[in-house]
Amino acid sequence: MALALQTFATVKDANTALKSAGTRYLGGGTLVVRAANEGDVSVSGLVRSTDPALSAIEVSGGKVRIGASVTMARIARHPELGSLAMAARAVGGPAVRNMATVGGNLFAPAPYGDFALALLALDATVNTDEGQTPIETFLAGRDDSRAIVTSVSFTKADSLRFLKVSRVKPKGISVLSIAVVLEQAADGTVSSARIALGCMADRPVRAKAAEKALLGKTLGQDGIAAALAAAGEGTAPITDPIASAWYRAEVLPVHLGRLLLG
Amino acid sequence: MAKVPVQFTLNGSEKAEFIDSGTTLLNVLRDKIGDTSPKGGCHQGTCGACSVIIDGELRLSCLTLAETCNGATITTTSGLAEGGVLHPLQRAFLDTFATQCGFCTPGMIMAAKVLLDHTPDPSREDVVEALSGNICRCTGYEPIIQAVLTAARANSQNAA
Repeated sequence: MALALQTFATVKDANTALKSAGTRYLGGGTLVVRAANEGDVSVSGLVRSTDPALSAIEVSGGKVRIGASVTMARIARHPELGSLAMAARAVGGPAVRNMATVGGNLFAPAPYGDFALALLALDATVNTDEGQTPIETFLAGRDDSRAIVTSVSFTKADSLRFLKVSRVKPKGISVLSIAVVLEQAADGTVSSARIALGCMADRPVRAKAAEKALLGKTLGQDGIAAALAAAGEGTAPITDPIASAWYRAEVLPVHLGRLLLG
Repeated sequence: MAKVPVQFTLNGSEKAEFIDSGTTLLNVLRDKIGDTSPKGGCHQGTCGACSVIIDGELRLSCLTLAETCNGATITTTSGLAEGGVLHPLQRAFLDTFATQCGFCTPGMIMAAKVLLDHTPDPSREDVVEALSGNICRCTGYEPIIQAVLTAARANSQNAA
């Protein structure tokens, strides 16, 4: 079935066109064209914008803003994005990374969405023409989101740790993925923690109980024990051909422990 | 539905077609232009059989809408041989028995070409990474990896 693609120079015009029923925004095509190829008849029209601001990466001081159309490949080779590049490299193979965008990854259903996970750990802000939304709120409400995401912005954190667990190397689908941003006081105790989990729900979620259990602790076997015990609290892991929900729940503390101690 | 025009350079020659809006590049290449070297495997971005090079980057033609390629330069495996002489990658795939059923081969060769264009002397790890988005169900991959390394050596000998 033909999809009727409409291209607009501005995000504003694209937003207007996106109001029609059955219309989806086209980023790199790895989600919506895939859905159409699979026979998803709810997609009848596609809209995209060629606004250059959507493809910009701005790094100034400690602040980063990445346009929604920026691809994983561009992030992976950007010299100033540090450990975030690791999360971008975790997405797909080389061809997918040349196509898949930051904006699209925010909507990728589990087991995909590894990059959004890193943004969740960074507590990024999702920007649209209608305003700014904290990423946690955005992800929770993404099924009803209609305004085109224009960019994500966040404070750079060199302490970002990222782990994707997959059975096939170097490119495999996630059994689970974990992103962690920690701040430690001068005595080594954890003063703030954000832990984001992938595949532990239908979209990236925060491990709030584990974060709380880490506060004031040092990063050793004993210090992280309570956090590991609480890691799966409130999660609803997916079951798919890669792993069962039971297996994901069982191995989560193991991998979180390795990431925290590594 | 009204047709939309698309125009791009395919393997060095200008192509212009009127297509249905929303048609994938894979379908335009195979059904309109008759270049059947990119294969339709999964149509899901998983197998890599449809890989082509668009403006120097490896892309999946099954997930790329042809309209977004206006003005682009596209390379497919059918454009690699020059005057009946096979490209070093094609030669190496034959010499190392890296094709069995052959369905994945054009995609593999596209992925390998992008690698060698940027990294003329790749390590084995570079090759594995470059081919990681392409699935082969026949060879067990080893002959393909060897083919790419062989082609890289052949290139460097020619350059020397």
